[in-house]
Amino acid sequence: MNTLTERQKLAYIAGQAAEARINVELETEGMTLNIGPQHPATHGTLRVVAKLDGEQVVSANPVMGYMHRGYEKLTEVRTYPQVTTLVNRIDWLGSFANEVPFILAAEQLMEVEAPPRAQWIRTILFELSRIANVALFLGDMGVQLGAITPVFYAFRDREYVLNLIESATGGRFHPNFDRIGGIKDDLPKGWIEETRGVMVKVRRFCDELEELILGNPIFAARTRGVGVIPGETALHYGLSGANLRASGVDWDLRRDGASPLAWNQVDWKVWTHPDGDSFARYWVRLQETREASYIVEKLLDGLPSGPIMAKVPRIIKVPQGEAWVSTENPLGEMGYYVVSKGDLGPFRVKIRSASFNNISIVPWVLKGVYVPDIITILASLYFILGDIDR
Amino acid sequence: MVGTPEVDHARQHLIDVLRAELGAGLIDTYLKPGLDVWARVSPDAWCRAAEVCRDKLHMRYFCFLSAVDWLPSPFGKSEDGVSRTGDEVRALTAANLAEGLDHGYCGGDTRFQLIARLHSVTTHLGIHLKMDVSDSDLTAPSWIRAFAGANWHEREVHEMFGIVFTGHPNMANLYLPGDFVGHPLRKDFPLLAREVKPWPGLVDVEPMPGEPAGEEDGEVSGEEA
Amino acid sequence: MIAVALSDYWVQTAIKTGVVLAVIPTAALILGYVFLLKMMSHMQSRLGPMEAGPHGLLQLVADGLKFIQKEDLFPDRADRFVFAAAPLVVLCSTFLLYVVVPAGPTLIVEDLSTGVFYALAVSSISVLGVLMAGWASANKYSLMGGLRAAGQLIAYELPMVLAVVGVVIQAGTLSLQGIVTSQANGEIFGIGLIGNPFILTQFVGFAIFLMATQAELTQPPFDMPVAESEIVGGYQVEYTGFRFLIFFIGEFGTAFVFAGIAATLFLGGWYVPGLDLDGGFLSNLIGPGVLFAKIMLVAFLIFWVRFTYPRLREDQLQTFAWKYLIPISLLNILATAVLKVVL
Repeated sequence: MNTLTERQKLAYIAGQAAEARINVELETEGMTLNIGPQHPATHGTLRVVAKLDGEQVVSANPVMGYMHRGYEKLTEVRTYPQVTTLVNRIDWLGSFANEVPFILAAEQLMEVEAPPRAQWIRTILFELSRIANVALFLGDMGVQLGAITPVFYAFRDREYVLNLIESATGGRFHPNFDRIGGIKDDLPKGWIEETRGVMVKVRRFCDELEELILGNPIFAARTRGVGVIPGETALHYGLSGANLRASGVDWDLRRDGASPLAWNQVDWKVWTHPDGDSFARYWVRLQETREASYIVEKLLDGLPSGPIMAKVPRIIKVPQGEAWVSTENPLGEMGYYVVSKGDLGPFRVKIRSASFNNISIVPWVLKGVYVPDIITILASLYFILGDIDR
Repeated sequence: MVGTPEVDHARQHLIDVLRAELGAGLIDTYLKPGLDVWARVSPDAWCRAAEVCRDKLHMRYFCFLSAVDWLPSPFGKSEDGVSRTGDEVRALTAANLAEGLDHGYCGGDTRFQLIARLHSVTTHLGIHLKMDVSDSDLTAPSWIRAFAGANWHEREVHEMFGIVFTGHPNMANLYLPGDFVGHPLRKDFPLLAREVKPWPGLVDVEPMPGEPAGEEDGEVSGEEA
Repeated sequence: MIAVALSDYWVQTAIKTGVVLAVIPTAALILGYVFLLKMMSHMQSRLGPMEAGPHGLLQLVADGLKFIQKEDLFPDRADRFVFAAAPLVVLCSTFLLYVVVPAGPTLIVEDLSTGVFYALAVSSISVLGVLMAGWASANKYSLMGGLRAAGQLIAYELPMVLAVVGVVIQAGTLSLQGIVTSQANGEIFGIGLIGNPFILTQFVGFAIFLMATQAELTQPPFDMPVAESEIVGGYQVEYTGFRFLIFFIGEFGTAFVFAGIAATLFLGGWYVPGLDLDGGFLSNLIGPGVLFAKIMLVAFLIFWVRFTYPRLREDQLQTFAWKYLIPISLLNILATAVLKVVL
C-alpha cells in the first residue's frame, strides 16, 4: 500500500467499502476483526475472524491449528505406555483425566482389569483433576467479564488440589501416573486426611464464587440469555460435558457410561440447567465442582484395600482389535478410538477431544451477537487450546 | 467387562433396525457383547445410515468422524533409524497394497475407511459406522445435513487423509496451513522428526543402574513364553 | 533582583503550575501504589510487589523509569501528530481539573466563582484525547475503544452534572471554596455541630456522582472502552513507553482529583470542625491533610468497586445512564429545589 498513489489508495478503500457494505439501509460499512491468535480472551492461540456490522457480529469463524502437534500421528510411532506422556498434554489443566480413557481402551483390548483399589484411586485423581481444571474456568470467566479478583481465589484454591496431585503422583501438571493394569504407586501416607481438608476448602471456594459471581447482578445481566444453545442443536454439534448439561440434556458418562471406574459405586448427583445460556454453563460447572468434592470424599470413605496393579507383562503387546473408550472429562466427552494390530504400539488412535466439538458450534452461536458477547460465549463454552488442536 | 452377557439384545436390536432400514446397504456388522457395535455400510447408504441412527435409534449425539489408513506403515515404527528415499517408500507401499490389507472389525475392501461414532443420550448405546472410500476417487458423501457438527470433522479428515466430501460447503484446511502439501495421517507420509533422529526409546530395555544387562531380556522372554 | 524583574503575577503562576505539575504524578503514584498494587493484591490474597523498596514502595517508580527507557514506537499507519498529542490532551484535562480544588482556606490555585461547572467542563476534554488516540492508532481495537469511550463519557457527563446541581442548590454557590464554607456553616435540623456535609442530605447525588465518576474514569463496571479481555485496552492498545505512562498518570491523576471533587462537594472538603475557616496558618497546614484523608476514603470506594465487579455491556451501560441515573438525578434536583424553597 505504501507505494500506491493517493488516488489508488482512495479507489482501493472505496472498493473495499463497497464490498464490505452489509447494512445497506443505514449505509454502514462492515469491518473484519481478527480476535486472536494473540488475544487475552482466547486462552492460547485460537483465532476468531469476525465480520462485524458496527458492534454486531455478521459471521464468525474460528481458525485453529496454531498449536497442532499431530498427536494422532505421533501415537503411531510410540508404544502404549509412551502414549500417556503425549495425551497428558491434550487438556493440560486436567492431565490425569486424559490418560484414563486411553489406558482403559488398551486394557479393554488386552482384557486386563485393574484391581479395585487402583480403579478407586484413578477415580479420585480423575475428580481432583476435574476440580483443578474447572476451578480455573470459574475464576477465568470473571476475568473475561472484567472482574479480576475471582481468578486469584481460583489460583489460590487450585494450588491445594495441585499439591495433592503432586504428592500422590509426583507430577503437578502432567502426572503420567496411569499404567495399563493399574497405577504407578499407592497413595502416600497422610494423603487421605490432607485431601479431606482440601475438599472442605474447595467447597468454601465454591460458596465464595457463588456469592461473588453468580450473585452479582452485572454478571447475570451479561450472561443470562447470551449464547443460548438449545439441547437438540448441542447434540447435533456433539457438544458434551457441562455445555450439554447446561442445555438441559441429562447425560453424564460418569453415570451413564459403562466405565470400570468407581463412579457407580458412590452416590452423587448430575446437575443440569434448562436455559442453555452462558449463565447456565457457569452454574452447572460450579455445581459440578462442588459435587466433585463430595465424590472425592465418598470415594475416600469407601477406598478398598488391596493391590494396585494387575498382572501384566513387562513389555506390553496389545492384541489385534479396535476399542473405543470415552470418559466424562472436565471439558466434556474425551475418547480414544484405538486400532491395534497386535504390535507394541497402536496402529491408529483417533483422539476425540471435547473442546474440538464444543467449539465447532461457535460459528452458529456467535451469529448476530455483540462484540462483548463473543468473549462471554467463548469463555462460557470453556475450551483448552491443546484440546482443540491436539 | 465383568459379567458380560453372551447375547447383547439391546445392541443386537440396533443391528436389526439398521438391516431392516438399509437392506443391502449394510455390508457387515460386528458386535462385542456389552461393549460396542460396529457396522460397515456402503457409500450409497452412508448418509441414510446416519439418518436412521438419528431418527430411528435416538442417536442424536454426534461423537466423531474420522478415517483410518489401513496401509501398514512403510516406515514401521521408525525405530531402526534407516532413512528411506521416496522411491523405496513408494515401492514398499505398492508391495503392501499388492499383499492385501488387513482390515479391522467388519472387514473392508479399500485402503481408506471412514469411521464415525454416534451415540444416544437416552438409551446410552452407541454405534460405530464404517464406510469404504473408493481408492480411485477418494470421495465420500458429507454428513453435514444430518449432523451439523460433522463440518469440522470432515474438514480434518480432508486435510489429514485427502478424502473429499461431496456436499460439504467449505473443504478448506482446518489445522494445516493453506499451502501445505501432503496428507499427514496417511501411513506413507513420513514423520520427519523420526527421519532426522531415530526414536531412542521405542522399547525401554536399558539396564537399570546396578542391574546386570542380561536380566531385562530374560524377564521379557519369560513373560512372552 | 529577579523577583523585582518578574511581576508578582508571573511568580505566582509559575509556582502554581509547578505545584500542580508535581501533585499530579505524586497523586498517581500514591493511588497506584496504595490501591492498584497493595489493596488489590491483599484483596486477592496475594502480596503484590515486595522487592523494590520497603514493601514494594518504589515499584511504580521503577515501572516509570522502565517506561521512560523504552523505545518510542509509532504504529506504521498511525497519524503521528494526533497519536503523539492524544495522551497530552488527556493529561491536560487532568491538569486543568486540579486548578479549582481547594486544599485549605487560601490553598487553591484559582477560586473560580463557577468552579463546579468549570471542573465538569474541562473533564470532558479527555474525551477528545481518547477519541484522538482511538482514531490515530490505526487499529480496529483502538477505534472501537475510542468510540465506546466517547459514547460512554458523553452519556455519563449528564448524570454527573445533574448530581452536582443538588449540591449547588443547597450551597447557593458554584464556587468550590464556597461549597466547603457552606458545608462548614450548615446545620441539619438546627444542629450545627459538624456542619452539614452534603453527603447527609444529598446522598443520592453522592451515589450518582460516584457512579458517573467510575464511568468517566472508565473503570469497572464501566470499563467497556478499555476492556482488556476483549478489546485489549481499547484506545491504549498501541501506546507503549512513556506515552503509555502519560495515559497511566492521567488515569490515576484524574481518579485522584475526581475523588477530591467528590470529597469537596459531599464530605466537606478540607474542613473538619475546629478549623478556622478564614485562612489561618493552621487551617492551611491541616487542610490538605484532611482533604487527602477524605480523598483516600472516596478513592477506596472507587477502587474497591473496580476490583470487584464485572463490566457492563455497552448497551446495558447506556441504558443504565439514560434510564436510571438521569431520571433519578432529575428527581433528586426536584426534591432538593422544593425543599429549599419550602424550608
